[in-house]
Amino acid sequence: MARELWKGNNAIAEAAVRAGLQAYFGYPITPQTELLEYLSARMPELGRAFVQAESELGAINMVYGAACTGARVMTSSSSPGISLMMEGISYIAGTEVPFVLVDVMRGGPGLGNIAPAQADYNQIVHGGGHGDYNAIVLAPASIQESVDLTYEAFDLAEKYRAITVILIDGSIGQMMEPADMPPMRPLKTEYPEWAVRGIVEHPGERRVLSSIYLDPPDEEAANLRMLRRWQQVEANEVRFKGYYLEDARFVVVGFGSAGRVALSAVRAARAEGIPVGLLRPITLKPFPVKALDELSRQVEGMLVVEMNSGQMLEDVRRVVEGRVPVEFYGRLGGIIPMPDEVLEEIRRLTREPLPLDGHPRDRWLARMPHSN
Amino acid sequence: MVMLDEVVVYERPQSLEECATHYCPGCTHGVAHRLIAEVIDEMGIRDRMIGVASVGCSVFAYNYFDFDFVQAPHGRAPAMATGIKRVLPDRIVMTYQGDGDMASIGMGEIVHAAARGENITVFFLNNANYGMTGGQMAPTTLPGQQTTSSPKGRDVETQGYPVRASELLSTLEGASYVVRRSLHDPKNIRMAKKAIRTAFEVQQRGLGFSMIELLSICPTNWGLTPVQSLRWLEEHMIPYYPIGDYKVHPIVAELKF
Repeated sequence: MARELWKGNNAIAEAAVRAGLQAYFGYPITPQTELLEYLSARMPELGRAFVQAESELGAINMVYGAACTGARVMTSSSSPGISLMMEGISYIAGTEVPFVLVDVMRGGPGLGNIAPAQADYNQIVHGGGHGDYNAIVLAPASIQESVDLTYEAFDLAEKYRAITVILIDGSIGQMMEPADMPPMRPLKTEYPEWAVRGIVEHPGERRVLSSIYLDPPDEEAANLRMLRRWQQVEANEVRFKGYYLEDARFVVVGFGSAGRVALSAVRAARAEGIPVGLLRPITLKPFPVKALDELSRQVEGMLVVEMNSGQMLEDVRRVVEGRVPVEFYGRLGGIIPMPDEVLEEIRRLTREPLPLDGHPRDRWLARMPHSN
Repeated sequence: MVMLDEVVVYERPQSLEECATHYCPGCTHGVAHRLIAEVIDEMGIRDRMIGVASVGCSVFAYNYFDFDFVQAPHGRAPAMATGIKRVLPDRIVMTYQGDGDMASIGMGEIVHAAARGENITVFFLNNANYGMTGGQMAPTTLPGQQTTSSPKGRDVETQGYPVRASELLSTLEGASYVVRRSLHDPKNIRMAKKAIRTAFEVQQRGLGFSMIELLSICPTNWGLTPVQSLRWLEEHMIPYYPIGDYKVHPIVAELKF
């Protein structure tokens, strides 16, 4: 397959099709809409299910129904739409049926704007829906990585009966890059032992799927079962990419577009002779705890760069446990940091004595311009 | 002396589980369950059935019907049914919803499922209150009707008017069969069963969206005996919610079965 120029949203849609997507349900919202538009043509031409729902509530519950049949199902949205889907996400998690969710994040809170942001980190990584559950969260930083992770996301979801989220910001959804598409997989023909497909497909056995455990001991047992399965995810599925880490005395931590901008800054800093590296988490959940822990015993300081007010920062701090200073640089509200801004932060890391006390967010905030 | 052979004239439908239900004494959910199960048995479609339970008194419907089931979030059963039907178009997919579930929190999902002509069957149990949570005002509560959240009677000035779901859905081009029936006496129960049969025939033939509204009683929350409740339904609910065929697509009207 020749390398082609793909727009992020379209590329994710086609990668899902090639992964064997059987049903897509969605609702228009910028900057995700091309994904829905692409599949509105692509799915019917392949004889697969596509519905433009009346709302994100409708879409996520169509996903819920289709996921209960064991089919490969996906929906996509952007931040405000994801908030609406949270009810269904919790129910789906509680029913232990797999599906793939794409969140193309935009500026917020509220209606916010349609510019790229990473401010859904807490909502997606640390819950969002009610109750105890964990979802696998993949954060690609390029179109090719978006394609590769989407292609794999369905396998992960099915293996662990979990929700897999592709978490990108609007710039990855909107920009174009060359990418190789993986081969078209055949649609699945065998379904798991829990799939509700009518007695005709599993004679002699009636199946029910629900998220209800009316007796608290049953609910506790279900929660423990899901948690033990999540331990397997933590043991097997952590992914990250390290750049220039071998001799690094400083390390930048950033995911998605922020990680990509940070890489440019790291390269520029290396050209200046600064021994800095980059850790780019690919799985935000499970978080690359071990790699980060080891780095915190190797380097003299860390810089977390995000397109939010320091949401992943708290996870980094939890792992680092104060062993080395952690600084923060963020841009908010739909603004992507420029490499020069991050480079200046890296330089600051190396020339100033870094405090271990206080909160990095407070120091960053003090450096940010005031309005009003 | 003449020896008589035993002849079974009445038995539990195969599509119903042999178990006690949690429904209150006198509640018409049991009648509705039985009618639906009888029709499924008669049509021989039990092994192709997938039910979607809702939130409300019928939340545990999946324990009583003996075929595959899923359980939906409050109001979302038509969306879940859509997802199932779109990936398994030759299964027979039904939702079973109360008035709070379908006509209040789930109004968006039911209207758009009908507008799309989604090939599913919806059973809509209208008992004019929220039964499961203890008898609060529902979108179907009659003007002046006392409930635990309209203690002085529903005041239309501040609490608005009841929703006539069958009439509302009947305006949608995508709806093929929308009728209201009642479960308050044997004649109406027989009419309800015929409508249930028609609805499943519509779905089996791929003719689109069908909804059967079933007027039901709630003796516990109405504070009446079952017999008084049946009379109250006839005297108060039917004038506001007339029994009738609100949308019968010409092709459906021609159906022979």
